[in-house]
Amino acid sequence: MKNTLGLPIALAALILVFALSSEYFLSRDTFIAIANDIPALLVLSVGMTYILVIAGIDLSVGSVLALTGGLSAVAILEWHWNLPSAVALGLGCGVLCGFITGTVSVAWRVPSFIVSLGTLEIARGSAYLVTDSRTAYVGGAISGLSNPLWFGISPAFLLAIAIVIASHIVLRHTVFGRYLIGIGTNEEAMRLAGIDPRPLKIAVFVLMGALAALAGLMQISRLEAADPNAGIGIELQVIAAVVIGGTSLMGGRGSVLNTLFGVLIVAVLEAGLAQVGASDPAKRIITGCVIIAAVLLDVYRNRKQR
Amino acid sequence: MPMPLLTLTSLAKAYAAPVLTGIDLTLNAGEVLALTGENGAGKSTLSKIVAGLVTPDAGQMQIEGSAYQPTSRREAEAAGVRMVMQELGLIGTLSVAENLLLTELPARAGFIDRSELHRRAAEQLQRVGLTELDPSVTVDRLGIGHQQMIEIARGLTGRIRALILDEPTAMLTDQEIVHLFEQIAALKAAGVGIIYISHRLDELRRIADRIAVLRDGKLVTVRPAQGFEHDEIVQAMVGREVAQHRDRARRVAGPETLRIEQFSRGSQVRKVNLRLHAGEIFGLAGLVGSGRTELLRSIFAADDRDEGSLFLNGAPAPVILKSPADAVAQGIGLLTEDRKSQGLLMTQSLRTNVTIANLARLQAGGWIRKAQEASVVQNWFRLLRMRARDDQQPVSELSGGNQQKVLFARWLERDCSILLLDEPTRGVDVGARDDIYAELDRLAAAGKTLLMVSSDLRELMAMCDRIGVMSAGTLVRVFDRGEWSEQALLDAAFAAHRGTTDEGTMHAA
Repeated sequence: MKNTLGLPIALAALILVFALSSEYFLSRDTFIAIANDIPALLVLSVGMTYILVIAGIDLSVGSVLALTGGLSAVAILEWHWNLPSAVALGLGCGVLCGFITGTVSVAWRVPSFIVSLGTLEIARGSAYLVTDSRTAYVGGAISGLSNPLWFGISPAFLLAIAIVIASHIVLRHTVFGRYLIGIGTNEEAMRLAGIDPRPLKIAVFVLMGALAALAGLMQISRLEAADPNAGIGIELQVIAAVVIGGTSLMGGRGSVLNTLFGVLIVAVLEAGLAQVGASDPAKRIITGCVIIAAVLLDVYRNRKQR
Repeated sequence: MPMPLLTLTSLAKAYAAPVLTGIDLTLNAGEVLALTGENGAGKSTLSKIVAGLVTPDAGQMQIEGSAYQPTSRREAEAAGVRMVMQELGLIGTLSVAENLLLTELPARAGFIDRSELHRRAAEQLQRVGLTELDPSVTVDRLGIGHQQMIEIARGLTGRIRALILDEPTAMLTDQEIVHLFEQIAALKAAGVGIIYISHRLDELRRIADRIAVLRDGKLVTVRPAQGFEHDEIVQAMVGREVAQHRDRARRVAGPETLRIEQFSRGSQVRKVNLRLHAGEIFGLAGLVGSGRTELLRSIFAADDRDEGSLFLNGAPAPVILKSPADAVAQGIGLLTEDRKSQGLLMTQSLRTNVTIANLARLQAGGWIRKAQEASVVQNWFRLLRMRARDDQQPVSELSGGNQQKVLFARWLERDCSILLLDEPTRGVDVGARDDIYAELDRLAAAGKTLLMVSSDLRELMAMCDRIGVMSAGTLVRVFDRGEWSEQALLDAAFAAHRGTTDEGTMHAA
């Protein structure tokens, strides 16, 4: 239980450092900017937490985000679908992508790392095909998700937080969540305990696909455009945030709530470094150091457990 | 009498329990000393100590009078002591030659000198009679027998004074064995002392000068092989007849619950037929590798089988089990031999480990009912007398006995009607062992069917109503309570290895 306070303290320390080094940092605007910036990253990170808990990995999330966003945008702009149908199309496409990655990986016992590397390319190529390699400007068609409600907070942020809370509870308190942790700890032991891990693993990849599609919708809503290049490299940012949150890359250990802190640390770091005027190279170097420090902490925690 | 090559004095080693105690043994130059004993008698530990892989807790070793205290395999090899392991240590993706000379690859300026490598490898292969084998072939592409011979050839490099061979013929064909024995004779003539570990008693008498028998970590006897009869060796391995529980009556068996016909899996399980009844404990005896674990796993559908049908509760139509989940749904449970890799979720709590197979009954709408879960775990915690801080403690921190109790609790809570138990008391301390025996008795009394694999014959004889003996994949004989003796059981276990080294010759009852 002593680990639970570590992340909030690290986050508070980070905020303190930036507050001391920039007089503008501790302002409402900063925090609203962060809140409206993170929903897509947060939703992806929730899905990735589940994926890492079952000792998998999904590298295709950025591409799936671009494909589903592009598909929804094209459905609205060119096929003149109504909003609910276009949203459903995007989500359905995300589910399909997750299903393909999960099923291929489970049925042929191929590491999800490799399968999702394939899905990454397929989804990215499909995104270019769907959008004709051009950014599709949707304007205010899906602005409902990102228009501020109160105090500048968007529905997308509230939705992301709701997803965090719900999936935290599911992982902690349901049979499904318990099974996922068991699979990540020792898949063979689960199989021999009479629990078939295969449908459960596929379900997690499907969930990841759906969340990637939701992240895609959040992004086109905020940017009012679907860019076929959206989300390139975001999978690494997502994995970094989840690992900073203490979820093990080896599976069997993870917390969605801690992932929230991981995402906040990444977001605060980025916003803070921008405010103190750090150059882009400096930002990347510092972010890299934070990731390595977090992983070392993870190794240390793992070792103590044994 | 010249000074012995290797002298062992009061060697002892303990892990959780003592494995070896007070071993005094000598090995002379130019002799073959056979080391035999039941599974777990301490043969492997003793040979690993000599080979520098295990450090003894007490005792001394000397080579030709000077102290010998190897702390690694490398140090032992520097002193001229080599061991050929039972399990293969070859690197499958490298060539035969590279494997043979792995630690001393001939190189020029960092580049491997292929022609020199192959010349030296061919030389070594010739010593074990593998003259036709191309040293540039990848090891993966060879059969298991060839791989074993290469493993042996690897042990024959450099300067050798003592050579330990651990079950070297387990996977060899007759012809390969002839080559191996020729090589052993040549080494003997060259003054090398050889420790030869094997279960195949007739082979021992063919090759060995003296035979040492270990039992329960103690050296029982060392005698010249000449005149040490087969039955006497078995007697020495088993010890005196143990009288405990012998007078207990056979349990009254109920109706048939499980019947398997013609179960086969590769060469590990061969056409096994078995009928089990409610309320009986059926024991499976046999040597390691005789197919007992494989039989249990194929009944549980953990592995695919090549042929065979399974019938439940006397039904005329066979039941098809596609996965362990199917087996569990039919009321079958498997307690695996290897707790850590196949049973427990090591980093998870005791509570999670007990209830993981039972969550379907401890949930409402997908939510785990924590209070009910806690009370279920508390119940077993008390009944099985588990020792842990609380039910939130990770099972990785528990002792072997308590870990085993956790797995027992998992299947007991599941209330399986047929329980397959693979070495249920391995690595379990004496106190916990008695708790487990009591639980097995209770289960049998409650009408459950128990199929139990154990390498501890005394345990099987105490607990079981019938004991089936497997040898080289075949169920060679089934004994009823009262019919068996340790000697008869061991004889049956060796059935497939009797007489010749030909595994095909069966002496089934």
